[in-house]
Amino acid sequence: MSSEQEAESIRCLVSKVGLDGHDRGAHVIARAFRDAGFEVIYSGLHKAPDEIVQAAVQEDVDVLGISILSGAHNTLVPKIMDGLEEYDAKDDTLVLVGGVIPDEDRPELEEAGVAAIFGPGTSIEETIDFVRENAPQR
Amino acid sequence: MTEPDEQLLEGLLSGKHRALARTISKIENRSPGYRDLVSELYAHTGEADVIGITGSPGAGKSTLVDKLAETYRERGETVGIIAIDPSSPFTGGAVLGDRIRMASTVGDMDVFVRSMSARGTLGGLSTATADAVKAMDAFGKDKIIIETVGAGQNEIDIVRTADTVGVLVPPGSGDSIQTLKAGILEIADVFVVNKADRPGADRTVKELREMIDLGEGSGFGGGDGHHGPDAGSATDHGSGEPAGDDDDSSGETPWRPPIVETVATKGEGIDDLLSEFQNHQTYLEESGERAEHARKRYAEEIRTLLREDANSLLEDELQRAGGIEAVAEAVRTGETDPYAVADELLEPVEDCLERLETERMAGNRSR
Repeated sequence: MSSEQEAESIRCLVSKVGLDGHDRGAHVIARAFRDAGFEVIYSGLHKAPDEIVQAAVQEDVDVLGISILSGAHNTLVPKIMDGLEEYDAKDDTLVLVGGVIPDEDRPELEEAGVAAIFGPGTSIEETIDFVRENAPQR
Repeated sequence: MTEPDEQLLEGLLSGKHRALARTISKIENRSPGYRDLVSELYAHTGEADVIGITGSPGAGKSTLVDKLAETYRERGETVGIIAIDPSSPFTGGAVLGDRIRMASTVGDMDVFVRSMSARGTLGGLSTATADAVKAMDAFGKDKIIIETVGAGQNEIDIVRTADTVGVLVPPGSGDSIQTLKAGILEIADVFVVNKADRPGADRTVKELREMIDLGEGSGFGGGDGHHGPDAGSATDHGSGEPAGDDDDSSGETPWRPPIVETVATKGEGIDDLLSEFQNHQTYLEESGERAEHARKRYAEEIRTLLREDANSLLEDELQRAGGIEAVAEAVRTGETDPYAVADELLEPVEDCLERLETERMAGNRSR
């Protein structure tokens, strides 16, 4: 029935975790995602991993974008992944990390379940295309 | 119901957050099977108090809702919040920012915050909101708060899914109260003058009070209790005081919206506001308006569903006639007119109903 096929939108949580006050990048991404037709929930600054997990679970987002520029990614990202696991949300949430992540840290994050890492210089289109292609089908 | 939906329902009823979140997504997306799921939910609802909060952008809705949730939690009650933000009519995208202001209760999973956008729904958002409220109710939330920008008919329909509606009026909006008059005023059960520490708050309170007094005689605005035409007839209203239902004997006194001053950022006035909400709930209960209110709401829901279903039935018929584009073009070129088209498309449905009717009559006669 046509009324049951109403517009389904990709839901994203754009989050800032930990002690990191730089959110220009997160704002740009939030806006670009909105203009791409996604529904974006922005977490605000200085969130603890628990808070991000809570928001991701309650909002039932397809995509979780974590912006980190503080260098604490090896501590914070796995905490978020564990939290998602706890609520059975890890498998069908596409987790992206954006920020300054040294090459040698990447395998560990990917191991933890991060689908992609976007460093400085990544184009907006690239990120949006990646989300479109990889957002979980539910 | 399908197997996964069964599991979803079971998970929701046993208190799994993930299941509640997923159910609301299904409702929002109108995924196949969501109707059966919502039908099942109905059996488990009716416990929660539903409160609507509305007001102009920047009035402090999210901050106030955050403080309300915090206070409810201190009292040991669980809270569900549905925050509705507008979405772009062009891309369908949205930035849902209400969550940022809800900081007092983060890390507390017993406050379930869900952001919804007004995405591509034809007046269907109020149905989706009502269904999401059902899901939270069945989940076992004691209080459910719906928060939305009060800007138009759509929003008014949304807050009407609540039992009690609080309208935020920031101080210094002297003239904007005039514009509020037309729409939002009628739906307020409680007026909240937020940011009451700002200059001009007294004046706003005074203006609101005058307007409520004016409204009472004419059956317009505040005086007519709860959106109902029935309450407007009663003329017995109290003194200048915002009367709750302090005297228990009077089941007849219509509800007079009280005005509460709050400073949400500091948490001032929240207790007063909560007790006014409670007064209103008691009033609804004692005056029998709650039942009346619920009846109206369900009638509206049924109508909306019927309209949607009939629409989609006709959609197929429309396809058979060559699609809306072709028909519209035929009207443009003067071959036909919209009324003729509608009649033509409805014909098979009418035939069907007529046949049913005759069959029914034949059935009655033979009995």
